[in-house]
Amino acid sequence: MLTLIRIELFKIFSKWRTYIGFIAVGLLISIVHLAMYLEGQSSIDRMTSDLRESFIFVGNLLNGYWISYLILNSLAVHIPFLIALVAGDLLAGEATAGTYRLLITRPVSRMQIASSKFIAGSIYTGLLILWLAIMSLGIGVLIFGSGELFTKQSEAIIILDKSDVLWRFLLAYGYAFLGMAVVCSLAFFFSSLVENAIGPIVSTMAVIIIFLIISAIDVEILRDVRPYLFTSYINQWHEFFNDPVDYAAIRDAVLILAAHIVILFGITSYIFNKKDILS
Amino acid sequence: MNDRVVEVSNLSKQFKEIKAVSNLNLNVYRGDVFGFLGPNGAGKSTTIRALLSLIRPDSGTIKILGNSLKEKRKQILSKVGAIIEKPDFYGYLTAYRNLEILARLSGKEISRNRILELLELVGLRNRAKSKVKTFSHGMKQRLGIAQALLHDPELVVLDEPTTGLDPQGVKEIRDLIIRMSREEHKTIFLSSHILSEIEIVANRMIIINKGTAVVEGEVKDLLNSDTVKVKFEVDDSVKAKKAVENTGWYNKIEAVSENKIVFMLDQNEAGLLNKHLVENNVTVNAIIPTRSLEDFFLKITSEAG
Repeated sequence: MLTLIRIELFKIFSKWRTYIGFIAVGLLISIVHLAMYLEGQSSIDRMTSDLRESFIFVGNLLNGYWISYLILNSLAVHIPFLIALVAGDLLAGEATAGTYRLLITRPVSRMQIASSKFIAGSIYTGLLILWLAIMSLGIGVLIFGSGELFTKQSEAIIILDKSDVLWRFLLAYGYAFLGMAVVCSLAFFFSSLVENAIGPIVSTMAVIIIFLIISAIDVEILRDVRPYLFTSYINQWHEFFNDPVDYAAIRDAVLILAAHIVILFGITSYIFNKKDILS
Repeated sequence: MNDRVVEVSNLSKQFKEIKAVSNLNLNVYRGDVFGFLGPNGAGKSTTIRALLSLIRPDSGTIKILGNSLKEKRKQILSKVGAIIEKPDFYGYLTAYRNLEILARLSGKEISRNRILELLELVGLRNRAKSKVKTFSHGMKQRLGIAQALLHDPELVVLDEPTTGLDPQGVKEIRDLIIRMSREEHKTIFLSSHILSEIEIVANRMIIINKGTAVVEGEVKDLLNSDTVKVKFEVDDSVKAKKAVENTGWYNKIEAVSENKIVFMLDQNEAGLLNKHLVENNVTVNAIIPTRSLEDFFLKITSEAG
């Protein structure tokens, strides 16, 4: 199994498309850093202008933590696309290239093939999140230094002491990985249904965008649907920046996301096991 | 029998409305070069895909090397090498890397030297570090042969292995098949729609059509009993036709053109007919025997029906 995972990772990282995600994240964060370096202070001032009438702000609000927090908000739409780009190709790419035949005529089970591909896709997802963390948090702190984290949560304003922030970020990135692993399993699922990689990428993004729109429209009937949409839980990492942290809500969200992964992977494996390879 | 390498019993597979294979039975014995013939759409690829567990049959059983494919798939596939239809590889990887990956998946320890040896065998040693996407169809076909032999399989399944190759490439593949059979004692399952290809390399064969077996047996028995289409190139085809008017050969004329007259003859009749034509002052410039799968196939099916 380990050999299979290594082979799948080797295949993933031998493709140019794999690096698009890393380049895009690197570029995006560099642009954000540059923009913040040039205009960040006025941006902070604008955001806090109302509050400054009642509060006095001291210390370095424009810091690496705050910028990383802003960047983490891009998770819901942008990072899924970069993940779907690779995960959607995992099975469909083999069908397009005609290499299913090479794989399946080897003495490995289809379950092993599906599992190794999914694990490799998840590792790619993890590495992309790690890259996001290094670029936004690591480089952000290097350039802008650390400081108190100022956030708005619903109706409340929360200012977290700088010694109280790093662990929250680490858990938030861990949670973000779980959310993105759901996206990976969704793209992987679509990848098992078709024979070209474009379909899974478009389908995954379509599902995410539809779910996000449903979540955004404030109508009672749609409000009832929200708990059943995995996108409702992807941004739950915000919870780690609450004070106190609502661990029960996080636990429930983690269980729901994990269930999505298990169910989607289960269905994908079933389809792949039953599939007639005609490509 | 213990020396059966492939045993297919009542194999059936349907795709929606189309019955691709219907109650097919066949046996391949150890050391055979088994020709698997049929026109396009006869069910050859479906059968091969079922043999390699790429598709699941609707009914029937497949035993390879004495084991049920359903129950011992992994064990069986570790002893089987295959090329299925067109050779496809990971184009973004080099020839060597492709083989290395497939070697690791074979479940056996396959050395770097073995990979290079196989690349040498198929004439791709100097392109080992080239990406496969730069390869021609013929080169991919040869790489396909190399990957099929990587793990030294007992059974080699070759689905149309000479498709798209130039005459030199075709000859090399044929020689390789003969060598694998004679020197390495491998059992070869060779699918083709070209009868002459099977005639040259196979000892046993089956012809299938519409998913069912039409005929199965020793190649020499099946083909030797066949009639042969013989084209006589003559100075005057009208004169030649007139010369055979009152003989049994008249009814065996298939086609006549300006300088050509085609007969459907029994194996040893061409010489006699030639003698007859010459004695009747017809100049025979050439005698060209031809035998196509279609002709053979038509004969077999007309006999069956």
